[in-house]
Amino acid sequence: MGMTHVVDRRLNGKNKSAVNRERFLRRYRHHIKKAVADAVQRRSITDIERGESVSIPSQDIEEPIFHHGQGGKREMVHPGNQEFVAGDTIPKPPGGGGGGQGHGKASPDGEGMDEFAFQITQEEFLDFLFDDLELPNLARKKLKDTESFKYVRSGFTTVGVPAKLDVVRSLRGAHARRLGLGGARKKKIRDLEEQLEALKTAPEDLDPAFSHEDQIQVLEDEIARLRANIRRIPFIDEIDLRYRQHQKQPQPATSAVMFCLMDVSGSMTQMHKDIAKRFFILLYLFLKKNYKKIEVVFIRHHTSAKEVDEEEFFYSRETGGTIVSSALKLMKKIVESRYPPSEWNIYAAQASDGDNWNDDSPVCSKILAESILPLVQYYAYTEITPQDHQMLWYEYEKIMERFPNSFAMQQIADPGEIYPVFRQLFERKAA
Amino acid sequence: MTDTMDRPNPPENGQAGDRQPISTSSEWTFDLIRKYDEEIAKCAAEFGLDTYPNQIEVISAEQMMDAYSSVGMPVGYHHWSFGKQFLSTSKGYQRGQMGLAYEIVINSNPCIAYLMEENTLPMQALVVAHACYGHNSFFKGNYLFRTWTDASAIIDYLVFARNYVAECEERHGVDAVEQILDSCHALMNYGVDRYKRPAPISASEEQRRQQEREEYQQRRINDLWRTIPRLNDDDDTVKNKTRFPEEPQENILYFIEKNAPLLETWQREIVRIVRKLGQYFYPQRQTQVMNEGWASFWHYTLLHAMYEKGLVNDGFMLEFLQSHTAVVYQPPFNSPWYSGLNPYTLGFSIYTDLRRICEHPTDEDRQWFPDIAGTDWVETLHFAMANFKDESFIQQFLSPKVMRDLKLFSIQNDDQEDVYRVTAIHDEPGYRILREKLARQYNLSYREPNIQVWNVDVRGDRSLTLRHVPVDRVPLGDETEEVLRHVHRLWGFDVHLESVDEGTVVEEYHCPRHALDDEDDD
Repeated sequence: MGMTHVVDRRLNGKNKSAVNRERFLRRYRHHIKKAVADAVQRRSITDIERGESVSIPSQDIEEPIFHHGQGGKREMVHPGNQEFVAGDTIPKPPGGGGGGQGHGKASPDGEGMDEFAFQITQEEFLDFLFDDLELPNLARKKLKDTESFKYVRSGFTTVGVPAKLDVVRSLRGAHARRLGLGGARKKKIRDLEEQLEALKTAPEDLDPAFSHEDQIQVLEDEIARLRANIRRIPFIDEIDLRYRQHQKQPQPATSAVMFCLMDVSGSMTQMHKDIAKRFFILLYLFLKKNYKKIEVVFIRHHTSAKEVDEEEFFYSRETGGTIVSSALKLMKKIVESRYPPSEWNIYAAQASDGDNWNDDSPVCSKILAESILPLVQYYAYTEITPQDHQMLWYEYEKIMERFPNSFAMQQIADPGEIYPVFRQLFERKAA
Repeated sequence: MTDTMDRPNPPENGQAGDRQPISTSSEWTFDLIRKYDEEIAKCAAEFGLDTYPNQIEVISAEQMMDAYSSVGMPVGYHHWSFGKQFLSTSKGYQRGQMGLAYEIVINSNPCIAYLMEENTLPMQALVVAHACYGHNSFFKGNYLFRTWTDASAIIDYLVFARNYVAECEERHGVDAVEQILDSCHALMNYGVDRYKRPAPISASEEQRRQQEREEYQQRRINDLWRTIPRLNDDDDTVKNKTRFPEEPQENILYFIEKNAPLLETWQREIVRIVRKLGQYFYPQRQTQVMNEGWASFWHYTLLHAMYEKGLVNDGFMLEFLQSHTAVVYQPPFNSPWYSGLNPYTLGFSIYTDLRRICEHPTDEDRQWFPDIAGTDWVETLHFAMANFKDESFIQQFLSPKVMRDLKLFSIQNDDQEDVYRVTAIHDEPGYRILREKLARQYNLSYREPNIQVWNVDVRGDRSLTLRHVPVDRVPLGDETEEVLRHVHRLWGFDVHLESVDEGTVVEEYHCPRHALDDEDDD
């Protein structure tokens, strides 16, 4: 009987299955993408940022093997007989077919037969959500703030706090020092010992002046002195101590700011705003995937524009007419005062029902072309209306022709179109 | 169940005071696991259990899920199906729908057993007894395992397989490798010659020979096909003279590995790897009742021996017995929990009753088991463990008492009749019939369709024909076409499958499907 070996494996890698799981997601990415797209339509804005349960028809992921089908004659032995005797007959349930268990397909996971359901994480959810999308004109701007630092190892130092003492290094140093200081003496000792041995075994000289005893005494004294010297070499000395040294390194952070511009005039219903909101959330999540640090500026407008917080942006309601240029002007002002384009990647998304003072639309187009588009990476306009376009749309169309790389516009008529439109706006363009 | 099962033996006279349990808390430590193992090993030795050395690995629940999803291979190549397994396992576990197994044990030398850290101490002891001494001695003793697997080589082989597959992925792309693996997995159960002794697997040997194979294999295959298409002798007389292969081949994967015309060398190598793994799992598929029954019998017996030695206390036994009872519980056929015969119950009952037949035989036992009744029970159980597989084990050792205890009965379902028939129950006229039917139920060729390589049209279109021989008119299932597509991918030319019942073709499958079939189906 052999020895038993007990091992603690708990600290070994957990995610042994990570690759296999990833392979599975990869293989069924089309199914998952569809589930994710469906989820985006269904979910409320606030909880878009979590994982998702995905269901795939079982037959699609089956691993087929040869097995028996229904039919023929078969016999099964079962336990727990109560009243049957040999020869009894039991009518088959109407509809014929299977006899209970049979050799049919057992679902290996205990799930229902038709669906294989599993969870994907939030990160995977977003990956699938934004798969094939790309932030246009992404540029790494100069780092904005120096608040983030990372400590990196940078060798060893002779001074430091005890917590950073590197024991192995220090002992290695001590060992070297002991060798360095004691080595020569040890060699000397070995030499002297050889001489001593030679003297002890050599025949006694007749001349008492060359008495071995004296010479032996001298040698032994010298050896003892050297030994004492060696013993005085400390096992560890202050100069052996080594401390791990860390240095602060500024972390480059690419920062982005996103401007959300929304029309809140009387013509924008709650439904319009919901659609706008969903659109903004998508954009926000998408930016967050690309930037470590992101700020959001909410600007709402009717005849005049105002910077507000998220709550007010999405939920308060106004009445009255619409002057879109007010929002653009405010945005320009905010950029100039707080977000120098040399340091920030600037994105803007504007949502509106297309309603505007007709006189104002050319103004908008002028501000956009002259003051805003030169500053931003990308400006996306979505018009939420099932109706015909008005003046603003046609003005913007001209802008799009002039700035095909930094300006895009799409129309959304109902919530189902949000995600497709979002995808169109950010589709990875063939290089 | 038998008497001995229901309660631990009360401590014998005077022993109560001497009782010195190894521990009294239910928290385990590594030291305690070692101590328990030591004592269990002593008991096991007293009963003559012969095992490989044990390697007990304590792992977390997450790691257990990992182990689960790689179907018990400690090292596995990457494949989406393992990911699928992992997803469903972890979901079931997180929802609390299913507990994880207390243990997983690998047929290797040393024998690796995983213990979950969540287990209490009595559970760990149960698992050690069950896996490290029960399963372990079964792996070492049972003839199927001895014939088909090489415990000392499997880990190395798995590492070799994993590296080889990874290398192929790098060279040929994940998709190409995945396709081959998918197709091979579909045929994994058809990668064994049941009646020939296989060459044992060995990683170093594999690696050494792999290169040689690469060279001569392709040559061999070319030779096979060189004789082929000479347009003019395409008349039927010549064509039907000889079949290739001359005898039907049940090892479809082997046949493909050696003869598929278009496979590249690395693809053949992967077919071989899956075939070898199929071979490794082959004994497990045929000894579930015996193996689980054996392990359950020994955890039960060994821990009782510990109790008799005073090494564990009553609290320990209560917790252990509760788990044990759950493991060997058999819901009756009409229970909502029923999902067929529980192999743990069946196996445990048979071994337990064998011991009874040896120790306290009745007249019935003497009549049914004249060679066994009254013999040394340890020897008899070892004999039963070593020399059988489920089918023959049941045929040989299922006793009337076990049939009565489990209240077995058999039901016939014939699609040509409007009723189910009770063909036998646990009574005098029924015992032999029941035993035979239950044994057959565990016969692999009854459980899985009998499909063999029948012919290759060497002189014609190179098509491959498989032949299915149905038993009792049971047809092939609805995934057959799908599997055939995988065979087609491996073979590279047309593939046909015909069900031949007593000389008549009763069903045909083709891949690619014939134009005619398409019309039929619509």
